[in-house]
Amino acid sequence: MKATVTVMLKQGVLDPQGEAVRHALGALGFDGVEGVRQGKVIELDLAEGTTEETVRAMCDKLLANTVIESYRIEMGA
Amino acid sequence: MKAAVLVFPGSNCDRDMMVALRAAGADVTPVWHKDSDLPAGLDMVAVPGGFSFGDYLRCGAIAAKSPIAGALRAHAERGGYVLGVCNGFQVLAETGLLPGALIRNAGLKFVCKPQALRVETTDSVFTAGYRAGQEVTYPIAHHDGNYVADAGTLAALEGEGRVAFRYIGNPNGSAADIAGVLSANRRVLGLMPHPERAVDAGHGGTDGTALFRSLVGALETA
Repeated sequence: MKATVTVMLKQGVLDPQGEAVRHALGALGFDGVEGVRQGKVIELDLAEGTTEETVRAMCDKLLANTVIESYRIEMGA
Repeated sequence: MKAAVLVFPGSNCDRDMMVALRAAGADVTPVWHKDSDLPAGLDMVAVPGGFSFGDYLRCGAIAAKSPIAGALRAHAERGGYVLGVCNGFQVLAETGLLPGALIRNAGLKFVCKPQALRVETTDSVFTAGYRAGQEVTYPIAHHDGNYVADAGTLAALEGEGRVAFRYIGNPNGSAADIAGVLSANRRVLGLMPHPERAVDAGHGGTDGTALFRSLVGALETA
């Protein structure tokens, strides 16, 4: 089974990379890009029966730094 | 005074740190990240600069979960002294031994230059050798030195005089120009600038010498 973890900087934490991407999009002529946030996606290949609770523990212990980041878990088939 | 310097794959300031501590009179042992114990009778642990584990996931994140990190935490929790420089500061933030986090520099570029700093407190074994408000220059060399913390944490750091060093001319976007912070018991210091790269005339400056002399001197007589 697979799980997908999306890690993003929390709202309120300035994202310098997202800002740079936003500026670059503007420079390419894409008007109206009001905000860009850049995060990361982590795909996990897990043994059958691994619970979302276990994935949450992985996020809290290692995959995200909850001081600055939030995460979202999608449990897949 | 007995010190250990942690070594991770990708550490590159571990030897500089050992040289600086030894020059100040410390008895220094390097300790590999896979060890789960620190040498007995240790006074302080230094977490050096570099790019531990290639900065994968987040700077310092994997080092902070390595076997030696448990011993580091236990050392700090029993009141031991800890100095984390650059990647070492990132590791200490990731372990939770220091508050806040270091994110990508606001200007997105790796910054490598001599950096002017102000010593904000002399109330620690690390900074007692300076005058309050003294300006010093240490080299900086980092891509992720932008210090962030929530408003409550920043207020506590300021209120308790735990900002040890502040940038003069903010190079990376750090909140309140913070370059280095102390733990609540003032025995753990993390800073992005490199005092161990400013301890020899050949380095271009010796402003870091006072930090190591003060630290080793204080723990020698403790």
